[in-house]
Amino acid sequence: MRRYLGRKLLIYLLTFFLAVTIDWMIPRFMPGDPIMNVMSRIGAVVNPSAAQAMYEYYRHVFGLDLPIWQQYFNFWNSLLHGDLGISIYVFPTPVKTVLMRAVPYDIFLLIPSILLSWWAGNHFGAFAARSKWLDNTVSPIGYILTATPYMWLGILLAWLFGIVLGLFPIAGAYSFELRPALSLTFISSVLKHWFLPFASLFLVGFGGWAIGMRNMIIYELEADYSHYLEALGAPRKLIRQYAFQNSILPQITGLALQLGVIVAGALVTEVVFSYPGIGYLLLAAIQNQDYFLIQGCFLFIIIGVLIANFGIDIIYLIVDPRTRRGMAGETA
Amino acid sequence: MSLQVENLTVYYQTLRGEVRALEEATFGVADGEIMGLAGESGCGKSTLANSLIRLSLPMKLIKGRVLLDGEELPIADMERMNPFRFERISIIPQYAMNALNPTRKIGKMIAELLRSRQVDGAGFLPELKRRLDLVELSHEVLDMYPIELSGGMKQRVVMLISTLLNPSLLLADEITSALDVSSQKAVAEMLVSFRDREFVRSLIVITHDISILYQIADSILIMYAGQLAEKAPTEAIVHAPRHPYTRLLISSLPQVGVKYAEKRLTGIPGTPPMLLDPPAGCRFRERCPLAFEKCLQVPPFIQVDPGHFVACWKEFETDAQA
Amino acid sequence: MKPKKKNEFLYFALRNRKLRIGLAIILFFLLLALFGPLLIHNAPFDYVNPMGAEPPSSQYWFGTTFFGQDVFAQFVLGLRATFLVGAIGGGLGTLIGILIGFTAGYRGGIVDELLNMLTNIVLVIPTLAVLLIIAAYLQVRSILTECLFIGLTAWPWAARAIRAQTFSLRAREFVDLARMSGMKPTRIIFTEIAPNMMSYLVMTFILQFGGAILNAATLDFIGLGPTNAISLGLMMQYAVLWGALLLGMWWWFIPPGLAITAIVGALYVMNVGLDEVFNPKLREM
Repeated sequence: MRRYLGRKLLIYLLTFFLAVTIDWMIPRFMPGDPIMNVMSRIGAVVNPSAAQAMYEYYRHVFGLDLPIWQQYFNFWNSLLHGDLGISIYVFPTPVKTVLMRAVPYDIFLLIPSILLSWWAGNHFGAFAARSKWLDNTVSPIGYILTATPYMWLGILLAWLFGIVLGLFPIAGAYSFELRPALSLTFISSVLKHWFLPFASLFLVGFGGWAIGMRNMIIYELEADYSHYLEALGAPRKLIRQYAFQNSILPQITGLALQLGVIVAGALVTEVVFSYPGIGYLLLAAIQNQDYFLIQGCFLFIIIGVLIANFGIDIIYLIVDPRTRRGMAGETA
Repeated sequence: MSLQVENLTVYYQTLRGEVRALEEATFGVADGEIMGLAGESGCGKSTLANSLIRLSLPMKLIKGRVLLDGEELPIADMERMNPFRFERISIIPQYAMNALNPTRKIGKMIAELLRSRQVDGAGFLPELKRRLDLVELSHEVLDMYPIELSGGMKQRVVMLISTLLNPSLLLADEITSALDVSSQKAVAEMLVSFRDREFVRSLIVITHDISILYQIADSILIMYAGQLAEKAPTEAIVHAPRHPYTRLLISSLPQVGVKYAEKRLTGIPGTPPMLLDPPAGCRFRERCPLAFEKCLQVPPFIQVDPGHFVACWKEFETDAQA
Repeated sequence: MKPKKKNEFLYFALRNRKLRIGLAIILFFLLLALFGPLLIHNAPFDYVNPMGAEPPSSQYWFGTTFFGQDVFAQFVLGLRATFLVGAIGGGLGTLIGILIGFTAGYRGGIVDELLNMLTNIVLVIPTLAVLLIIAAYLQVRSILTECLFIGLTAWPWAARAIRAQTFSLRAREFVDLARMSGMKPTRIIFTEIAPNMMSYLVMTFILQFGGAILNAATLDFIGLGPTNAISLGLMMQYAVLWGALLLGMWWWFIPPGLAITAIVGALYVMNVGLDEVFNPKLREM
């Protein structure tokens, strides 16, 4: 067990290191000059020598006048101190503040949709595997849902339920005229704005898990141990229970693997619904060439994914009895 | 206990047609009898065993019936067979080493199985421990996962589980095939001890290895290409076989002490027929040195000596002349 | 006589309903992508309709966009781009996956450990975030660039599957036999292992194909698609950007998404059908 966890930790640390390096590196090579961007936004400075001085000042403030290797070193340094710099796009707000404002929305959107679609999809898939008839009517739905691109389902839902039926709003996290407060109007507004993006993420995920589970269960039901139990007259209920429990294990690993895909889906869904999560922020940061915000968003996404991965590994450890005994359950 | 099989015919449904794997099998197993079921690969012996206890797709019952202690077994109905399984008829499958749920401790699996069959698991524990001792497994096995056991240990666990409720009839399907010779002996002796201790009343031991049957079986049933060829007490089969196939089979076995230079081993030339479209009549006809035109009709499986059944026109002729 | 192995698969393949339905759908869209552009009179970006956005009519089969562009023209050309990206991007991903997965599975030991670690790292990193940043760096992007991105980031899935399959095959007796008889390793790979993995490779490619199409749609939608062509994802981006939702111009955003869903869904169904053909245990009676 220690070997299993140790190995996983090593991979996560390596990944973190690699990701942070990429994170720091790439925005540096983007076209365009963010300083000019900031300056043109805060007002045209007519006097050329004053403009020059201002340019130098900003370059210094953002540390862009230092040699490359020193910038890299400083980056790690401030990272470990929890300082993510100042946003250029929303100057002078610190990047961390901007991100923290967006994180709750992401958590609120992602956690329920991931967990619910996983749970519901798995049970539904197991249910479909019960009879041929059920399988043939239910499986096509699963295939269609999992083949649907996230953004198209979002668009479809927004159009159908938002525009045509007018039941839900299709932009923002809450009504523009409201201010965050612990009132019923605010909460209901938040929920109404939350529902369609949540449904979009939920449905696509649901299809995928249902199909995956159905395939696994059929495989397990054809395994030797299932046939043996049948020969010993065990009721179908017991055999199906064993098949389900054995199929859940790879589905847990599968969840960890899908996190990257889910993040992409969430990003696209946030764009469709103008939902102010980190994905939406990342896009805005790129369009405005805000180095530090881009880095911060990416960092948050990476850390989130790594933590989630590790959490799932621990859950797997608890659920699969064989890994605890130090045997090959799922290989690292 | 008594087993009567009458005209059992089972085909496999495949997309290319029906494979006629078992044709008109009629025989009986007496109380306390250990019957060996032998033949080449693909002769239908596993089909016969499986159709007695788990006749599921793609197998299809064409006709025939099976009577266990005078009661007809609903072999074609998976649901209605359940009460008979495990308690009256049981099987040690060919895939015994993979037959255990990999994510369940042995003891827990047995408890859940018993509970699902409405047997009191807790009350069973002392008996379970006794039987573990008999198959020479430590009690700690109950607390282990299948992956922690060796192949031989897993097989013994399966042997134990299958006989736990003292079935009247036990089917042992190729359980020695994957073992070395000394393990084969141990397992074979264990089977006999099951019968002697009355954990099971009768056994059908399926194998292609006649030497094992010679050690433990009371009688042997030889099959060829889905048809029954000969059934007789073990001594008769080995020393005085009457079916041409059995004779060739026995003579092709190596004998201890005989050197190759002295007596060459002969096989049986040719190969068994495809059962998708088998030849008419006796299916051994095309390889049989004694075949004649009557063999185009299926010979009936009838008694020529007390307890000795053969399906061969030549033998009936010889018998009639005698 | 026993039918030859190749014919046996063909026999079952032609009779498998899932395979037939999936193949039919793919062929339909493929033909549309190949011959559709012959049916159109307008270039996709031309402003042909002075009335702006209009629903489908006999003149404009899929209607026109906010700017009066022919949606059908965009659609069939977008289909071409979609198939191209699926084939090339998916093909690249499969190729890299085969290379890495097979080497890891066949060699084992330290090579396997290292390659496995590499695979896991690339798997964990949410590649869209990386692609976002990289693609934004390139001012001009072609379809081929997009294929490259997708291939270079989608291979871990293929690598994992192929590694697992190689492991199980490598341990089989016939490989040991070949090795003992002194066959050169490359010969063993091509004559003993490859034929048995062929079915697996085909299925892996199909999944990569479908995944590439979905990934491309996502990239296009965010604005990181090709800058010099039209694709289904780009159609959806423009539609949302120019208020098709609010103005109810359903003919602009429904066809592209529907086509992607149909094609990818057909690919998945085909895959299950192929699995049944190659794996006798799963065949329906």
